[in-house]
Amino acid sequence: MSLGLLLLTIVALAALGYGLGRRRAMLSAGGDMRKLHSLPTFYGWITALGVLVPALLILILWLFAEGFVIHNSAVSHIDPADVPADSSVNLMMADVTRLAQGLSALAAKGTDLPALEQDIEALKTALADAGVAMGNDPTPSMIAAAQAVRSTAAMSRVGLSVTTLIVSLAGLVWGMRRISPEFRARNATERVSLGLLIAASLIAVLTTVGIVFSLLANTVHFFAIYPASTFFFSPTWDPKFGGGSTLGILPLVWGTLYVSVISLVVAVPIGLFSAIYLAEYASRRVRGIVKPLIEVLAGIPTIVYGLFALITVGPLLRDWIAMPMGFGNSSSTVMTAGLVMGIMIIPFVSSLSDDIINAVPQSLRDGSLGLGATPSETIRQVVIPAALPGIVGAVLLAASRAIGETMIVVLGAGAAAKLSMNPFEAMTTVTVKIVSQLTGDTEFASPETLVAFALGLTLFTFTLGLNVVALVIVRKYREQYE
Amino acid sequence: MSAVSSTPGDQPTPEAARVRHSLFAPDKRTAMRNAQEGRFRVYGLVAIVIALLALVWLLFSIFSAGLPAFRQTFVEIPVMLDAAVLDKAGHGDPAEMASVTTIGYGKLIGKALAAEIEAKGIDIGAMTPKDLVGMVSENAAADLRDMVLADPKLLGTTVQFTALANGRIDGYFKGRVTMESAARDNNTSPEKLMLADKLVAAGLMDMRFNPGFMFMPDASDKRPEAAGLGVAIIGSLYMMVVVLCLALPIGVAASVYLEEFAPKNRWTDLIEVNIANLAAVPSIVYGILGLSFFINFAGLPRSASIVGGLVLTLMTLPRIIIPTRAALKAVPPSIRDAALGVGASKLQTVTHHVLPLAMPGVLTGTIIGLAQALGETAPLLLIGMVAFVREYPGAPLTGLFDPASALPVQIYNWTQRGDPGFVERASGAIIVLLAFLIVMNTAAIILRRRYERRW
Repeated sequence: MSLGLLLLTIVALAALGYGLGRRRAMLSAGGDMRKLHSLPTFYGWITALGVLVPALLILILWLFAEGFVIHNSAVSHIDPADVPADSSVNLMMADVTRLAQGLSALAAKGTDLPALEQDIEALKTALADAGVAMGNDPTPSMIAAAQAVRSTAAMSRVGLSVTTLIVSLAGLVWGMRRISPEFRARNATERVSLGLLIAASLIAVLTTVGIVFSLLANTVHFFAIYPASTFFFSPTWDPKFGGGSTLGILPLVWGTLYVSVISLVVAVPIGLFSAIYLAEYASRRVRGIVKPLIEVLAGIPTIVYGLFALITVGPLLRDWIAMPMGFGNSSSTVMTAGLVMGIMIIPFVSSLSDDIINAVPQSLRDGSLGLGATPSETIRQVVIPAALPGIVGAVLLAASRAIGETMIVVLGAGAAAKLSMNPFEAMTTVTVKIVSQLTGDTEFASPETLVAFALGLTLFTFTLGLNVVALVIVRKYREQYE
Repeated sequence: MSAVSSTPGDQPTPEAARVRHSLFAPDKRTAMRNAQEGRFRVYGLVAIVIALLALVWLLFSIFSAGLPAFRQTFVEIPVMLDAAVLDKAGHGDPAEMASVTTIGYGKLIGKALAAEIEAKGIDIGAMTPKDLVGMVSENAAADLRDMVLADPKLLGTTVQFTALANGRIDGYFKGRVTMESAARDNNTSPEKLMLADKLVAAGLMDMRFNPGFMFMPDASDKRPEAAGLGVAIIGSLYMMVVVLCLALPIGVAASVYLEEFAPKNRWTDLIEVNIANLAAVPSIVYGILGLSFFINFAGLPRSASIVGGLVLTLMTLPRIIIPTRAALKAVPPSIRDAALGVGASKLQTVTHHVLPLAMPGVLTGTIIGLAQALGETAPLLLIGMVAFVREYPGAPLTGLFDPASALPVQIYNWTQRGDPGFVERASGAIIVLLAFLIVMNTAAIILRRRYERRW
């Protein structure tokens, strides 16, 4: 039974449960609704939930467990002698999975599989015809493993269908038996619903746990096979996929900070001054037009900025500034990425600062203006100092954006890890290297791929720290004037 | 007003005697302060103008680079589908005919083009038949082959075939390729470009709107003219459906719990701080989560839209929860009190009254969250959606597990290719992406303007 059909069946059973539950409740009360504890629909709902919730829970858990079981049953078939020296069982498994898919495709066409399995050459051509590309030639133990994958998967599917159907039917029967005029269906329904609501709000916590766990586990793994001192203090970043690479984070951190600082130098004055103008000087009409327009900058996907850096800003800076002044001849530079990223984070600075400036009590302004200060003096000497903590929070949030930004630097800053002061040179950032180390066929065993998790953890800790500090500052500031 | 501060009021004091000038002629210090005031205003205006100019510059640069992608040069020629070449056995069986590769079809197109050029009396100079084949896209032969294999009855007839022109020829008409650059280019030559001019004059070649850009799948490195967004748009659509189906119910449920039911204690506080922080986690970190959890741990396939959808769901959840909670909070307590007062339970109050009233705000937040998810690139790179995918994914549910591309990733992918034709494609794809985003955001604004209630 396919997954979609199974889901559909469970939902249909639940719908049936709703109808039956309602009917039975009415019957048990002799058609007189007043004799029931709850409205008839609640009897329907609780029956439907009794069908749906346990069955879906089992379905989800089963699907997660299935992967493990299949993997283990297949690995037990692989002959250790078949594993190439430069490879590992996990890489072999990728081939086994592909082989299993190919065999299933061939079986669906009605090919005689047992005959093919004796003849590896014929199997190879048959697989190629079916559009399955194999990394290595299939060996007998791989074929056995692939067959184990197929049979376990088929068995698991049958088991899953049978189990969930039995559970949902049992839920239906149990739900029906519970129904009597005294049964508190509404309370029961609401208890279950509340449980579901709590489960939904836990997903956010689980996401954080998942992020931290996946980063930490792999980072620990990384430091077990790679010296931490080199990672943190080496000034070179030189990954070699043959092994023996030097993976120092310093040039990446330098590139990240350099790009972020340039972007803040661009964004903070522009964002702050436009926020001041919009909050203090602009008429309602101008504000109503300009504010959304500036916020459009925040709604544009970062890949668009990346392409803008690549095709417009980069060549422009190279041809008009870097080349004539002899700074370099690359169009992917720290300056390109920093400028474009600066444009991107203008609205982060301006929107938040605008809100914060607006939150400064009018009485402060009136007091200052009443003493004879000009509006600009009021802003500089009264409003801004009062709003300063909030503005600092806004800038920190913008900085965390800049540090975590990926696409602009991937397309604009280049890929060479360098420790240099020249802003017209290509440098690279933490995020760029996460992308380049994890894109493509990855196998989580070599330090070259695992280093991405250590980089990710560094990035996560850094941005999290900035965010927490910024949020605390902004929150405290808000409370001050509320 | 500021002039007043330097002159005393109606009480004559010894200092007042020193002020000799009129109230209407500002003194030096006042003039300086007023000038400062003017400068300060100008700084603000300049900042706004810079920000808006940056926006205009960005859009102008993308649109001027991308609009040509929607137009394409086509060659229209009658092609005689010679049965002796295409179906040697003569059975009309597509399985047998499949043994003729695109090279065979390419030769037919070259012959047809040569015949047509001769019929129109155009001088081709020293060009060989092979050069003539180079005038059309390498993809044209594949298109013709697909056409014949789909309908073997066409064999032996002459069909009016519309072929894509080669990318360089197309680039010549769009101003990307010049005679000088063609002379240095191995893939084309100035002669070909001159012939192209003659073909246009003879009406064999023309440039027109290219719907294929929206519907065709990606094409290989040397055929920018044939590359399209079909697979990417379907992949993005699938992911958005997954995000909508998961993030909306979960987000609403979580917000309802936190806003209406949760007791105010440490545990609830923790969840709230958590959600605020998740909204600010760099998107690439979600990609790492997707790679290590959904692909390596749960064993879901790489490059599949289901994994992309799940990762984007996790990323979008806090962005839906925050506006949803704001919308729930905006519903006045009197509504709840009234419902509870006539005997509704807490859950009935929420589902019958509070949630429907908050719905416009919830939907606005959801649409904006979806729009952000649609443009997200970095996490998708990590879960393998950069792969070169030419097959359209299947119908929903099983199709969710098929390899697919996505709009922003397709754009990234094209920027990494060598042929300059792909820059135009990438910019064109951005226009498509921006069009989707504009539609979604406009929908959100209309929803907010029409249905949002102020209490």
